[in-house]
Amino acid sequence: MTDPFKLWSYLSSEPLLWLWATLMAYWIGDLLFRLSGRNPFANPVVVAVVILGGVLLSTGTPYQRYFDGAQFVHFMLGPATVCLAVPLYLNWPKVRRAILPIAAGLVVGSATAILSVLAIAKAMGAGPVLLASLAPKSVTAPVAIGISQELGGEPSLTAALVLITGMIGAITVTPMLNLLGFRDWRARGLAVGVAAHGIGTARAFQVHETAGAFASIGMGMNAVLTAFLAPLILSLF
Amino acid sequence: MIPALTLILLFQLFGEVLSRALMLPLPGPVLGMLFLLVALSLSPGVRRIVTPVAQFILSHLSLLFVPAGVGIVAHLDELRAHGPALAVALIVSTLAAIVAGATAFVIVAKLTGSASDD
Repeated sequence: MTDPFKLWSYLSSEPLLWLWATLMAYWIGDLLFRLSGRNPFANPVVVAVVILGGVLLSTGTPYQRYFDGAQFVHFMLGPATVCLAVPLYLNWPKVRRAILPIAAGLVVGSATAILSVLAIAKAMGAGPVLLASLAPKSVTAPVAIGISQELGGEPSLTAALVLITGMIGAITVTPMLNLLGFRDWRARGLAVGVAAHGIGTARAFQVHETAGAFASIGMGMNAVLTAFLAPLILSLF
Repeated sequence: MIPALTLILLFQLFGEVLSRALMLPLPGPVLGMLFLLVALSLSPGVRRIVTPVAQFILSHLSLLFVPAGVGIVAHLDELRAHGPALAVALIVSTLAAIVAGATAFVIVAKLTGSASDD
């Protein structure tokens, strides 16, 4: 019989195991989400990240080795972003009639995201590198990393902050906006796309197709707007 | 499936090339999305081929964020070092941005008579 330790060291260094583990962890997350009656606190991304993070830490597996397997899933983010054109196209008449509200929600949401995170972090003692890493936290990861680099932040820390922001937005958006009585799916979608990028957008699609389409717009346009706003607002701090 | 994936990757490829060639602040896939949007509005063929596959991929959008999300474990020490400040800043800021954005949208929608129809 093969030495189980050798078997583990073989499996854990091959892409197959970590690709499988990623699908399995997400499946468990999705099952919990359904079993909990689609409770936003059982967000499948958060559950999967917690499970996989626990497995990596307890087995001492470096993130890079995990990513060698999981990159096949990660790669699909690009094509999926292209695919966002489909709900946008299907909702185009609604989008065209709401150009001004979209612009208002975008500018106010984007500026609030940058200003508030910098003000709070600074008041709690964050230094210049951390502030620069935080400024683009509401923007989709590839753009946020570029902005962070230009501002003198730490790109890989920004990537982690962006993902945490997305999860916070995805968990809180539905209960919070229900509580506050927002009924317009367009407003709800746009706001979460601006504040919580792709993870918020994925959440919006789970709730309502129109919300998802408006979230895609919010995410895409905030990527451009934050590239201009973040350096301006950061210079105030 | 194959024609749809070929088209989707082609638009992403166009986006990547344009983004790098012109050094635009937008990532390739976002430009690819804009190209696909134009193609969808011009061509019934593109609509027929791409729509079902795109909807399938988007129905599993959350899954695609998991590998990057697990990257948080590589930053646990830094995150812990600034724990309370980061937690408060990220939570308050994200909630504030959602409420502020949604409020601005609703106010301007009312002012301009742009009612939602569902």
